[in-house]
Amino acid sequence: MATGSATERVETYRMRHWSVRNARFLKRLYAAIEQILVWCNPLLRGIGYARLDKPFMKVESLTKGFLLDSQNCGQCIVGFTGLSCPMNCPKKMRNGPCGGVRADGNCEVEPGMPCVWVLAWEGNQRLREEEIPLQVVQPPVDHRLIGRSAWLREVRIRVGSDNHAV
Amino acid sequence: MQFEDEPLVPGDPLPIRPGHSSFGRFERVLRAGGFAVTAEIAPPDSANPAEVYERAALYDGYVDAMNATDGSGANCHMSSVGMCSLLCRRGYAMVMQVSARDRNRIAIQGDVLGAAAMGVASILCLTGDGVDVGDHPQAKPVFDLDCMSMLSMLRRMRDESRFLSGRKLTEPPRVFLGAAANPFAPPLDYRPLRLAKKVAAGAQFVQTQYCFDVEMFERYMAAVRDAGTHEKVFILAGVGPLASARSAEWIRSNVPGIRIPDTVIRRLQGAENQQREGVNICIDLIHRIREIEGVHGIHIMAYRQEHQVAEIVERSGVLDGRQPWRPALDWKNAEWDQGHPAAPDEPTMKAVERVS
Repeated sequence: MATGSATERVETYRMRHWSVRNARFLKRLYAAIEQILVWCNPLLRGIGYARLDKPFMKVESLTKGFLLDSQNCGQCIVGFTGLSCPMNCPKKMRNGPCGGVRADGNCEVEPGMPCVWVLAWEGNQRLREEEIPLQVVQPPVDHRLIGRSAWLREVRIRVGSDNHAV
Repeated sequence: MQFEDEPLVPGDPLPIRPGHSSFGRFERVLRAGGFAVTAEIAPPDSANPAEVYERAALYDGYVDAMNATDGSGANCHMSSVGMCSLLCRRGYAMVMQVSARDRNRIAIQGDVLGAAAMGVASILCLTGDGVDVGDHPQAKPVFDLDCMSMLSMLRRMRDESRFLSGRKLTEPPRVFLGAAANPFAPPLDYRPLRLAKKVAAGAQFVQTQYCFDVEMFERYMAAVRDAGTHEKVFILAGVGPLASARSAEWIRSNVPGIRIPDTVIRRLQGAENQQREGVNICIDLIHRIREIEGVHGIHIMAYRQEHQVAEIVERSGVLDGRQPWRPALDWKNAEWDQGHPAAPDEPTMKAVERVS
């Protein structure tokens, strides 16, 4: 039984481990996708952001869901968290680990899951950036954005278009 | 420690000194360079204010402030706002704990304004335990904010007089802001940076998890000093008496985030009276922790052992002869107190007797 659950644990969280190990590469990839989308802004605006939200969400949900177990909060900050999705934290913490992390680095609430923030710290070190991205204080979640495309929101913020908050 | 500008009516705010954030005595003690002592006061499962006063009276003259916990361990008790309101009216310095688990940003901001209006001068921002460990595991975990976003929200309310929404306040809450820190949980090498992040978000004081492993705490503090964080925040180390070797072992294996070294457990096992030895260990730890540079005080968490706090403070000599504020002995008959419900008889004497 004990070995069974241990194997299952490794199986279940393998992609999360892979993503933080490859945080540097994934962050660059993420930035590249964002840049391409910014270039496509006139086209995207022409089609209409509202109309594009659903199909974009599908793509995001599939890719980020596979790589990061993304919870589709619509305001992705994995660039700051070393490619560990903070919304997998049972306490939905977006600014670092709580004081209840187990000695083995697993979650206090879900003992079988590696703490999101232990992974985030590993990912942060792999980013090899001068300023540690994890040190940026993140604002609370905007609950209106949950389930919407984070990429399109990011693009609208980058190009400075109005109404990007929702 | 009575300040020369103590209000005539206990519970009225003290004047805010230059460079201070709050009208509270706790901030004053720390900024004056005193080695501060705080203790946790457990809210009762009751609507009777007399039970609150009774619990507070155990600490009279021994602590600089009391932390009113907010549904600690995700168990339901009297609210920290209620506790603080009752005790602030008596003149006690309170640290109101606010957990993000049960309330969203609308409720927390409202509570903070209400609490500040009732005399709360210090607030400790916590994310809180998960609901699964408490007595209502069916409850909805809110977690709209985390401790960090709560800190920055409250700092904005205080310094910019604005709600998170940007809407203006007519009078800001003058509060001294605090956070918790756990130097003993993974990722260990991130913990000193996490403290620095809390300071950047607005923390002016921190109270740590139980420090039983002093060597580990020393390593943590060395990293904190290297970053210069100890000069930007007041650090109070968490301590407390262990009731027995068995309870220590239970805590070690069932409460994540608390580290108890084998040496402590062996010392308890070897003792004839384990409860007494728990107090002795606590006092020894205080002596060692006090020597660490950058520690500005201790925070005593003596759940169900509250009657030991006075002895721990007394015997450890941690106050250096300084006497923290205590309610006047004749407060029961004071004119300002006529409207209050009956309180226990001579509470301060009771506490003193327990020491001897």
